[in-house]
Amino acid sequence: MTAVLENPATESPKPEAGAVSTFDVTLRVRRYNPESEHGEESVWDEFTVTAHGTDRVLDALHKIKWEQDGSLTFRRSCAHGVCGSDAMRINGRNRLACKTLLKDVNPDKPITVEPIKGLPVIKDLVVDMEPFFASYREIMPFLITSGNEPSRERLQSAEDRERFDDTTKCILCAACTSSCPVFWTDGQYFGPAAIVNAHRFIFDSRDEGATQRLEILNDKEGVWRCRTTFNCTEACPRGIEVTKAIQEVKRAMITRAF
Amino acid sequence: MATTQPGSTAPAVIAEPRSPYARRKTTRGNFELYSWVFMRASGVLLLVLIFGHLFVNLMVGEGVHAIDFGFVAGKWASPFWQIWDLLMLWLAMFHGTNGVRTIINDYAQRDATRGVLKVLLYLAFTIVVVLGTLVIFTFDPCPAGAPADLLPSICSAN
Repeated sequence: MTAVLENPATESPKPEAGAVSTFDVTLRVRRYNPESEHGEESVWDEFTVTAHGTDRVLDALHKIKWEQDGSLTFRRSCAHGVCGSDAMRINGRNRLACKTLLKDVNPDKPITVEPIKGLPVIKDLVVDMEPFFASYREIMPFLITSGNEPSRERLQSAEDRERFDDTTKCILCAACTSSCPVFWTDGQYFGPAAIVNAHRFIFDSRDEGATQRLEILNDKEGVWRCRTTFNCTEACPRGIEVTKAIQEVKRAMITRAF
Repeated sequence: MATTQPGSTAPAVIAEPRSPYARRKTTRGNFELYSWVFMRASGVLLLVLIFGHLFVNLMVGEGVHAIDFGFVAGKWASPFWQIWDLLMLWLAMFHGTNGVRTIINDYAQRDATRGVLKVLLYLAFTIVVVLGTLVIFTFDPCPAGAPADLLPSICSAN
C-alpha cells in the first residue's frame, strides 16, 4: 500500500513547500580603525540585510561582505562549528557566528557583532590569536610517555577514556579565554582553553607528563587566577564544562602538594 | 640580489606595526597554591572566631551594656582571650590583605599601578598588625597620671 496525502485538493493555499520566511535584520559591526595600534579605537557600522529564518550570523556577515562592503573582514573556514575560526562577540556574548541562528539573537533589534575581547585586533573582527596559542603551547598539548614505543595501540579502558572525554571536545576557538575577565586585564593568565587542554592530558591514563603540566600551571598566572565566574563554561560553543575542568586541575595540584 | 630599479634607494626597514606579544617569564611556585588554601582555611576559622567573639561580647551576661575599658581589660587579663583575639587579628588581616592583593592583581592593568597599590596595602597591613598586637599584650585600663573622670570605675577601686 502506498501512502497518499489526505485530501490534497482541500488544503488551504500555503507557501511553496520548503519555503523559508525572510526578514530584514540589522547588524551593528565594530569596525577597526587602522590608525590605532591594537584596534582600541573603532567605529560602529550598521548594515541591513534580508535573511532567511534558517540563516546564521555568519550568513548575514557573508551577505554584507559579498553584496555591500567587501572591506568587512572576519575569519571563517569550515563555517560549520568545527574549525573554531569565527568566534566573535555577538550581542555581548562570545559565540561562533556559524552556530548562532539570527532568529535566536533577537533580529528585531540591531545585532551587535564585535571581535572577541582581550586579544589585539588585527582588522575588524580578526584578532591576533598568538597570545592564546602561546599559552596553549606552554602546557605541552601532546602525549608524553617513557620507555619504548609499543608495537600496537596504547589501549585504554572505556572508563579511563571517559575521565577526560569532556575536554577532548575543544576546538581552540578562544571563546572561553576571551570571555574571561581575568584574561582581559593584562593577558598574562594562561586562560581557560590552555587549562582545558592540559586537563585533557593530565587525566589521560596513557600520558606520563601530568606532573610537568601541573608544575607549569602552578604558576602565578596559572589555575590560581581562576575566579570561577563561569564565563568560560557559558561561552564554550562545544558545551565543555570548562570551569569544572579548571577546578579538577586545582584539586589535582592540592592533593599533590599535601 | 641587486634587483632594485635604477633611481630607487634600498627599502628602509619598516618598524613593527604593533608591539609583539611577550609572555613574561614563568612565575612557578607553590605560593599561589598555599594562598588559595589559606583563604579557605582561614575563612572557616574566622567564622568561628568572629561569631564566638560577637557572642561573648554582645550576648553573654549583661550583653552589650557591659562593654567598657574594664570589660576589655578583664578579657585580656586571661591568656585565652589574648590568644583568641591575636588569632582573630592576624587571620583577619592576612585573609583580608590577601583578598585585596588578589583584587589588585585582577584589576590593576599597569605594573606601576599594581606596585603602588600593593605597597600601600602592605603598609596598612603592617601598621594594623603591629599596633593591634601591641595593644592586646600591653593594654592598661588605668594609665598612671590620667584624669580620674576619664577612667573606668574599676580604676578608682584601687
